Parts: sequence; structure tokens; C-alpha cells
Amino acid sequence: MDTLLHQIFSGLATGGIYASIALALVMIHQATHLVNFAQGEMAMFSTYIAWQLIEWGMPYWAAFALTVAASLMGGIVIERVLIRPMANAPVLSSVVVFIGLLVIFNSIAGWIFTYTVKSFPSPFPAVPLFGSYFSPHELGATLVTLVVLALVFLFFRYTSLGLAMRAAAENKVSSRLVGIRVGWMLALGWGFAAAIGAVAGMMVAPIVFLEPNMMSGILLYAFAGALLGGIDNPGGAVLGGFIVGVLENVVGAYLIGTELKLTVALVLIVGVLVVKPSGLFGRVLVSRV
Amino acid sequence: MSVLSPAPRPLALASVAGRPMRAWHWLGLAALIAIAAVLPFGLSNYQCFQLTSALVYAIAIMGLNILTGYNGQISLGHGAFFAIGAYIAAILISKFAVNPWLTIPVAAVVCLGAGFLFGLPALRLEGLYLALATFALAVATPQLLKYKHAEGWTGGVQGIVILDKPEAPFGLPISQDRWLYLVTLAIAVVMLIVARNLTRGRVGRAIVAIRDHPIAAETMGVNSALYKSLTFGVSALYTGIAGALSTITVAYVAPDSFDAFLSIRLLVGVVVGGLASISGAIYGGLFIQFMPNFADQISKAAPWAIYGMVLIAFMFAMPTGVAGFVNATLARLTRRWRG
Repeated sequence: MDTLLHQIFSGLATGGIYASIALALVMIHQATHLVNFAQGEMAMFSTYIAWQLIEWGMPYWAAFALTVAASLMGGIVIERVLIRPMANAPVLSSVVVFIGLLVIFNSIAGWIFTYTVKSFPSPFPAVPLFGSYFSPHELGATLVTLVVLALVFLFFRYTSLGLAMRAAAENKVSSRLVGIRVGWMLALGWGFAAAIGAVAGMMVAPIVFLEPNMMSGILLYAFAGALLGGIDNPGGAVLGGFIVGVLENVVGAYLIGTELKLTVALVLIVGVLVVKPSGLFGRVLVSRV
Repeated sequence: MSVLSPAPRPLALASVAGRPMRAWHWLGLAALIAIAAVLPFGLSNYQCFQLTSALVYAIAIMGLNILTGYNGQISLGHGAFFAIGAYIAAILISKFAVNPWLTIPVAAVVCLGAGFLFGLPALRLEGLYLALATFALAVATPQLLKYKHAEGWTGGVQGIVILDKPEAPFGLPISQDRWLYLVTLAIAVVMLIVARNLTRGRVGRAIVAIRDHPIAAETMGVNSALYKSLTFGVSALYTGIAGALSTITVAYVAPDSFDAFLSIRLLVGVVVGGLASISGAIYGGLFIQFMPNFADQISKAAPWAIYGMVLIAFMFAMPTGVAGFVNATLARLTRRWRG
């Protein structure tokens, strides 16, 4: 029982990371109906920027803030330069561009920072809490995830910019008619997604260690979480992320062993898409023909 | 979807220097095959081996192109079918002492079945979601191959080492690598001709119609579900054959050579060669085989940086790939020559 609780708690902690990336995926999906395959690699690259800043002697939270700001800008630039021209192209072209981005970020990180595994500092003090169910970092990371989620919710619910972004995603033409700059809203969506990804990357790096491939598994779990919760529902995606985290840990520990963990993600993704493509909390899409 | 349409075929009635265009077409093709067949005798064994790998990739790329280029179903997980083909060949050769060449049809049939079965749930997944599901398949493949309860068959993390490669028969004075190259070339030529006939006939038009307008295709009586799963199967068959061939030429399989990056390389090959083109498979195979050789000298990461940039650059500047570019150039040249 004790080990089961332990597995569940540490599953919740990693689930928090999946939830952040899932949230970033949902943000881009809502704005553009695309799924950004490069989301994980972008987060990884942001984490390397933070690592470099800290190496240069910058205090943790200053590096954190600077990295988030840089990622926001980076996301906007990528949308403007690479994604915008593909707006009316077939899905295949977008997927190819995303895969291209994934590969570029992965290799550039390896090129600049080498492939050796680096340790990344945790901002949270190393004092044991609640017996030992949670490491302080896991608790801190979960809290940060929840704070980010709350901020995103408040932003979309209560600010006029958030309202404009929701409107632009819902109905481009009407939004344009009331004076919303739809193009910029999409770019901003990319920026926010990149910033959320950066936070997730910095939270996960102390657990999995920093290396160019650290996000490949995490991205899949995040996909699985986003799909499970419903790809068009931010809250659902976050819950889905937590569920996937717990499921992965418990199933990995008791049923199939750690070396098949990624297969859990595969089974979940295919399972959700086949059985209930709208996810647990998503809207059922009906397309007119 | 216009960027994906195959280049216009030269009119059969047009003629150059007194011969119909189509005859020139076949003459050129025969000359190319003849050159490819004598090429190994001027190259070292290692260079032959590299060309063989390029041809193997070309077959796999052809398979992916039938699915993605012609049928519009995006697969980022074809490395998995490549792995199935490779492992079937390796297990049959090492455990059952089957003649290496006989493992190819077995791999083909198994992959046809596996592809058909994976194509059934894929029917419910549109574009992006199919890409996602197949991407998950690609990432999970090495883990599945390492699965410890199947270690007796797959060799686990170590993979399977095969002791010897097939020799040229009847005591022909040809080195092993050259013989492998010639057989692979023959298989590749046959597979490309089959793909050409498949995509140009009634079936091919149905496949393309499903890509361009699924509802219209249904209305015209195309059984969309059946064709889509069958296309998935045939595509996996091609890639499985390539996998088996790679086992025969490399004489070694290991789980980590079938990671997600293999699937991405195949996609790079399709995009560079040209979506929905037959000759594109050759250009794509040559590109993914030889580009890393040059780029490796810059940095270990350079090949992948170049792959990524090439993917994006081709999507923006040359969406029909090298094949589209070459065909357009040839068409322009012959028009000038004629007129």
C-alpha cells in the first residue's frame, strides 16, 4: 500500500509536467487546429537556454523569467516566419514543417550544448516533506503547474486579450469584423505555448536530466493526456496529463515493467482515438459535408 | 492539393527525332538501368554497399510514398514496418537457417497483414491524428523490440547478428557486396515498376481520388475504407521488403537502429524525392543515404540539422521534390528541342 501511494504521488508529479505540455498543445490546437510535434523539443531548447544563463552566474528565478520571455518571443517568431505561410496548405505540409522544426531544435541543441547529460538545478529547498511521498522538487513542480494553469484560466476568462484570442480561435471572420487582429492572436498563442513549454521543461529537467532527447517520451505522454482529456478543453487536458502520469507510473511498476512504459502512451493514444476521439471532456465534432 | 498532383505525363503522340516520346522514355530508362547495373564494377566494395543501402531506402520510401503521397494518409511510423521486416528476416535466417532470399516474401506477407491491421483503426483517424498515432508507434518500436519476454526471439538489447551474407551463385566471379547490390537493384526496379502500374491504373486513380476528395470518391463507388486499409497494407509490404533486404545486406539487426528517427528519415526521403512520384523514391534514397556522409564531417549533429532545414525548405520552395523539379526541367528541354 505504501509503495502504491508512493507510485501515485510521484505519478502526480510527473503528471504535472505532462499536463503543462498538454496545455501548450491544446493552446495551439485551439488557435490553429494543428498539433505541434515540435512542442517538446522547443521546451527542451528553452531549458538549455535557462541552463546556460545559470551557468553564466544568473540567479535561478532571473534565468527562469528571462527564459520564459525569450521562449515567448521565439514562439511568436516561429509562427510569423514558418507557420503563417503554411496556413492554407494541406495538413501534410504543416506536419512536415513541424517534424522539420523538431529535428532542427534537437540537432542544434546537440550541436551547441553537446550530447552529454547535464544536471539542472531545482529551485526548491531539499527538505523532506510529508514522510517521503513527495520529493520537495516534485511538490514544487506540481504547484508551479497548477499556478500556470490558474494563470492561463484567469487570462482567458477575465482579460480582454484572452477574450480576443478565444474569439479568434472560434470564428476568424467575425473576429476580424469586430477589429481583432486574428493573425497576431495566433502568433501570441504560439508564444504562450512556447512559454508554458519552457516552464514545463525547467520543471522536468531536474528529474530526467538535461539532454537533447529528454522530451521525446514526455511529448507522447502529453499527447496522450491531451487526447484523453479532450484536445479542445484546457482543463480536461491538464486532468488528462495527471491521469496519464499516475497511470504510467502504476502500470509501469505493477503490470509491465518500466521498459515498456512508452507503449502505455501508444496504447492510450490509439485507444482514445479509436474508442472516444473527443476524449473524456471534449466536444464531439460534427463536420458538415 | 494541386502541389501534390503528379507531373503531367508527356503526350504519347508527341515525337522527338522521328520517334514517339514514349519510346524515348523507355530507352532512357533502359539506359539508366544498364548504367546502374554496370556501375558496381567500377566501385569499391564499400561504395557498392552504400549504394545498396540507398536502394533499400528507395524501396521503403516508395512504400511510404504510396500511402502518404498518393493516398494522403500521413505516417510517421513506417520505421516500425521496416523493423518488422528486418526482424523477420533476421529470425528466420539465424534461428531456422532459411535461405536469406526466401525471407523476403515472408516479410512481405507479414507486413502486408500488419499494415492492413494497423490501417483499420487508422481509418477513423484523419490527417493530423493519424500522424500522431503513427508517431507514437515509431517512438515505442525500440522499446517493444527490447521487450524482455521476447528476448529469446529478438535478442533483446543486443539484437541479432547473422554470421554470413549470401554469396554469388554458380561460382560467378562477383564479390559479395556487388552481388547483393545487383539483386537489390533488380528487386528495386521490379518494385518501382509494380508501384508505377499500381498507381496509374484503376486502383491508383481510386487511391488518389480518396486523397483529393474522399466524399466525391465514395459517391463514385470507391470503397474508401477497403482501399485505405489495403493501401496501408501495400505500403507496409514495400517497407517490410526493404527491412528484410537491409537485414540481408547489413547482416545485423539491433532495436536502436529502428527508432523514431528512422521513420523521420523515410519521411525526409519522400519529401525530398517528391510526393506522389515514382522516380522520387530513388532520389530520396540516395539523399538520405549519402547526405549524412558529407555532413558528418561538420558535426555529429549536422546531418539532422540539414534534414530539418531541407524538410522545411522543400515544403516552401519545392513541394514536388527533386522528381518534380527534374520532370519540369526535362519537359521544358524537350519542348525547346521540338519546337
